[in-house]
Amino acid sequence: MTILTSGGFWAFVGVVAGIYTILALGLQVQFGFAGLLNFGQVAFMAIGAYTMAILVVKEGWSTWLAAPLGIVAAAVGGLILGLPTLRLRSDYFAIVSIAFSEIVRYVATNQDSLTGGSQGTIALGRVGQAAQYNGQWERLQARVQGWLGFSSSDATMLVIVWTVAVALLALTWLALRTPWGRVLKSIREDEDAAASLGKNAFAYKLQALALGAALAGIAGLFYAWQFSFFSPDDFQPLLTFFAWMILLLGGLGRVWAVPVGALVFGFIFAGTRFLDFAPFSWFASDQRAYLRLIIIGLVILVLVVLRPQGLLGKREEMVLE
Amino acid sequence: MFLQLLVNGLVTGSIYAIAAVGVSLVYGILRLVNFAYGDMMAFGALIAYGCDGPLHQSMVVSALAGMAATAVLSLLLDAVLWRPLRARRAGFMSLFLASIGLALVLRQALLLVAGPQPRSYDVNPYRVFVLGSVRLSEAQVIAIVTAAGTIVLIGLFLARTTAGRVLRAMADDRTLAALAGIDVGRATQVAWVISGLFAGLAGVLAGLVEYSFDPNFGFQLLLPVFAAVVLGGIGSAYGALAGGLALGIAEELCTWSGFAGGVNPVYKPVVAFVLLALALLVRPQGLFGRARVV
Repeated sequence: MTILTSGGFWAFVGVVAGIYTILALGLQVQFGFAGLLNFGQVAFMAIGAYTMAILVVKEGWSTWLAAPLGIVAAAVGGLILGLPTLRLRSDYFAIVSIAFSEIVRYVATNQDSLTGGSQGTIALGRVGQAAQYNGQWERLQARVQGWLGFSSSDATMLVIVWTVAVALLALTWLALRTPWGRVLKSIREDEDAAASLGKNAFAYKLQALALGAALAGIAGLFYAWQFSFFSPDDFQPLLTFFAWMILLLGGLGRVWAVPVGALVFGFIFAGTRFLDFAPFSWFASDQRAYLRLIIIGLVILVLVVLRPQGLLGKREEMVLE
Repeated sequence: MFLQLLVNGLVTGSIYAIAAVGVSLVYGILRLVNFAYGDMMAFGALIAYGCDGPLHQSMVVSALAGMAATAVLSLLLDAVLWRPLRARRAGFMSLFLASIGLALVLRQALLLVAGPQPRSYDVNPYRVFVLGSVRLSEAQVIAIVTAAGTIVLIGLFLARTTAGRVLRAMADDRTLAALAGIDVGRATQVAWVISGLFAGLAGVLAGLVEYSFDPNFGFQLLLPVFAAVVLGGIGSAYGALAGGLALGIAEELCTWSGFAGGVNPVYKPVVAFVLLALALLVRPQGLFGRARVV
């Protein structure tokens, strides 16, 4: 249990919660404000991370050019998904978006020459050479660590990720207070009414999808930098479901509920690692991994059944329909 | 080669078709896209494996046991989960998210209880039937015959029996059906039983054809099955049959070398979705779906 008192462990939990905050914020823009049932959010995270890593390793680009391009690529991915499918009924869109995320993962797994295939980013470079995409990032992180006077790189990453996350939360919060944000909400409430006032609902939904995808792309960048290595297996649909769970835990339609949801989720996810007392101690450690996901699934079920507006959501404003 | 691929496609397609009918029936009645369906298939396949392997029952008995167990699980879940959600008038979104939570619980519970190791039914993988230029394994023959029989049966059931008409009437307009004196609760249970039976059957057949399977395999089958459902038009049982067969055949035929060199077989699942996207551009409501569902 000594790990529970280690600062490094909790810093790690906090970093992951920060990355999930950015990912779920994208979902909040898409679902909480535009009513889009996007179940393929993880795809945009993958597109952002892979674009950055490929440009840095294969094309020799600077990280500071490759990273913005990763975000743009994720947003373009949103447009590609949205253009043919946003006119569909919402239930069709939900299914097609999961399929989109699986297609992205399939391509990443099988196009070895582009993505390194199932071996992941380590195989991006030449044969027999372990590829690294995060040299410039680590130098930046070291410099920030010097400024802050921290001894641990995890704590530094914690500060960086949460600074970015809070800035993005604030920007999103402001964006939703503009006329653009109000139109978005009106489309969520009643698309026909908004359309009858001359608003192009399709264009607004497309913008919301692309914006949420760009946020997922940013989450993907930090994911890549935090773990220094990733493979297609890191972008399973499960991650999208985690983001949905964060949305539900926090509350629908509220920007500042997202980090709360992400922190609660982070604690549940990290905390279930320490279920080593009875009855959990009856299971082997690999079996406890299944138990953790069972608990996550049960939390989703209980939330949907008992508290459809989310923990901090306003019932009058938005309930899961 | 072309004929062989066509027959392989029929085998895959008929499994998709059976699974898709199960998904579509429940959607038609409850507006529920059941994300846990793939794991119900895995559940059925594993129960059948338990009867076939350790208990040494025949494949037919095992398959029936798997189907029955899955139907019972369906009914149970309806009682403890879906009925309370319906009572709260939960909409599409709640139901879908709940089914995702359920899928997580089910799959991890299967992994916990049964373990992640792959397993195979007690059939002879080396027995091959030859029909002209086409070679079929024993499992493929079993799958294709069973599926053909089942597809005819469900077609007749929906078209000719009272229960089948009730299900189609409810899919058409639930309120109107209730007004006409249909026992909605009863019909819902019938839909769940059929959906469970089909999930179990599709799981066993897929396990036979793929030869080796583990508790995760249901989820991998789920997306092509969903594609088949959407292609046919959600809620239309006939559409689901047609969509399943079409996608199964298309997935296999696209690898044919005469077709612009053929697609790399690893991209078979992608082909299913590209086809789906193209079809939806032309007919956004699916092949057999209605333009607008109120």
